[in-house]
Amino acid sequence: MSQGQFLTPTKTARGLGSAKSGTAHHIRLRVAALALLVLVPLALYAVISISSAGYDGARAWVAQPLHATLLILTAGAVSYHMRLGMQVIIEDYIAKTGMRTTLLILNTFAAIAMFVAVAMAVVQIWIAG
Amino acid sequence: MSGPQRAATRPLSPHLQIWRYHVTMLASITHRITGAALYFGTFLIAAWLVALAISPDAFAAMQGIITSIPGKVILFLWAVAVLFHLFNGIRHLMWDGPGIGFSPKVASNVSVFIYALAILGAVALMFAAGAF
Repeated sequence: MSQGQFLTPTKTARGLGSAKSGTAHHIRLRVAALALLVLVPLALYAVISISSAGYDGARAWVAQPLHATLLILTAGAVSYHMRLGMQVIIEDYIAKTGMRTTLLILNTFAAIAMFVAVAMAVVQIWIAG
Repeated sequence: MSGPQRAATRPLSPHLQIWRYHVTMLASITHRITGAALYFGTFLIAAWLVALAISPDAFAAMQGIITSIPGKVILFLWAVAVLFHLFNGIRHLMWDGPGIGFSPKVASNVSVFIYALAILGAVALMFAAGAF
């Protein structure tokens, strides 16, 4: 009796990739994109404001509670969106399991590190006033 | 079945050279390239904010890098990438949500429009930031 004779096509495909978490990933990427639709123009405004204000002016700009909140929100949405986006790129181009897994883990760490670094910087500036 | 043999057993999509060039295809890969570039660009912006939090000297050092010629080039390319990814992202949301903009003519025209808007917008942003 040969193996696979009693297996449905679904059974042979299952576990080979996709058809597990793709839809949730797709929706999350787009929900983060919706948030960034509002946050990115504000972040561009922030970059322009900070770049031309000098050290004290830049700190004063970031120390505004509304600005600090928006910067942290932006860092959060960017971190989430860039992690999901880079995950797709890694999964598309890196076929070797070991390298793929390593890069996926590094991707997660890098995205979280970026968020924490920005959040800590903004909080430090906000508290110092 | 997952594991080391995955690379050998899974089918691959057709290779690049099989497709005829089309501006929507260029916009598609540009969206991915700008996305990947922004991934790394974000760390530069984050470093800038961290420098602002650390000390005046650290911030001055970052400002020195940003206002140098290579720094300005990177900043300009970053602005182009942000705007392209933002505008093309809006188009992706239009495709996914209400399902607008799928006809070949509209898709092509919008692609060209987004390239133009991203470059012109980035020039405007650089002027606004006083970088030119």
